[in-house]
Amino acid sequence: MEVAVIKYNAGNVQSVLYAMERLGANATLTDDWETIQKADKVIFPGQGEASTAMKYLKERNLDQLIKSLEQPFFGICLGLQLLCEFSEEYDTQCLGIFPIQVKKFPPLDKVPHIGWNNLQNLHSPLLAGLDESAYVYYVHSYYAAVDPEFTIATSHYITDFSALLQRDNYYAMQAHPEKSSLAGEKILTNFLNL
Amino acid sequence: MLTKRIIPCLDIKEGRTVKGVNFLELRDAGDPVELGKVYADEGADELVFLDITATVEKRKTLVELVTKVAKTVNIPFTVGGGISTVDDIKALLNAGADKISINSAAVKNPGIVDEMAREFGSQCIVVAIDTKNMDGVDFVHTHGGRRPTLLQTQKWAKQVAERGAGEILLTSMDHDGVKNGFANEITSELSAMLGIPVIASGGAGKMHHFKDVFTSGKADAALAASIFHFKEIPIPELKKYLQAEGISIRL
Repeated sequence: MEVAVIKYNAGNVQSVLYAMERLGANATLTDDWETIQKADKVIFPGQGEASTAMKYLKERNLDQLIKSLEQPFFGICLGLQLLCEFSEEYDTQCLGIFPIQVKKFPPLDKVPHIGWNNLQNLHSPLLAGLDESAYVYYVHSYYAAVDPEFTIATSHYITDFSALLQRDNYYAMQAHPEKSSLAGEKILTNFLNL
Repeated sequence: MLTKRIIPCLDIKEGRTVKGVNFLELRDAGDPVELGKVYADEGADELVFLDITATVEKRKTLVELVTKVAKTVNIPFTVGGGISTVDDIKALLNAGADKISINSAAVKNPGIVDEMAREFGSQCIVVAIDTKNMDGVDFVHTHGGRRPTLLQTQKWAKQVAERGAGEILLTSMDHDGVKNGFANEITSELSAMLGIPVIASGGAGKMHHFKDVFTSGKADAALAASIFHFKEIPIPELKKYLQAEGISIRL
């Protein structure tokens, strides 16, 4: 099993690589088209800010590559937001895999949303073996709105938001599975088994 | 629902845990990586590694430790203790640390908080504040709580939050080590005033102290060291108790 982890200007990708290592997958951090195209699975991690990340991807044509991939693809955290249509973070046009808007949490509670929150309304093979008692670790100030067609799990903080999304071969998760203990490992294992 | 976090803190010197620990299942009680993994498996929500090494080798040993922890542990962890340059922070984050905690360095040069927020994002910046009440007024202390400053705790917390801190780790020097409960009053004051999470530290001795700091103290997370290391309060038992008491907790 060859896993390509897309290399771009995102923070803390090391943790994703270590999580893959713990699960016995052979993961490579790369921005090479051929390596990414040939991989069995592709992970698009992320931590950082949407507009600079999009600019970086476009300059290297990685945006076109991501949109053309056919193998199971998993966007994590900022990776989920970049797969959406548009982000309020510096009014950024994103990749548009999911026709969903990314908005900033209104300041009705502490922002960012930091800590462990549970998944609700789970329905996807990616979430097999998990239920609403599954907690995952979040750190984010922006969220993807719920879309009945593409949202495969929600979480609630200030509002209901998309915890996970799926469209064809594209999967995405707002929380950090690599930091979410056994629940996160289950999701990553399910992804590797897709 | 967002849960309250339980955070064990491990003191590290030259890559080893400092305070004695009472874990029979550990092959090497001085190995912070092994101890961290036990805590993660027991249900700790996060870990804090506080490095008190004061040698020139500090950075190298700390980066090595962070690498080992990141490879082994599947929950978030913070690294702190005498970290003062953006280069050090970058090296630790690249090695796999999720957050960096700064204390005296921020007091000395508050601009480092802005610089860190710009460069790495607020989510990985924890500003640790050691506070002590002096004649009714709360003052920030540095150097492990030994050195008083003229900064008033509330004003300083507000300032670092505005500069881009993602979380505040508040240690009450009046409560630390006494095991008589957390400093609920000032924790609650900061939590209500700031738009960012507050981690309470110092004073944990009984399970109900955690309940108190989450309810009347309005803390988002609670940190403790010796009661976990000496198994006076096992984490699974503490979390079950808190859930039974109606506190939102991850089990």
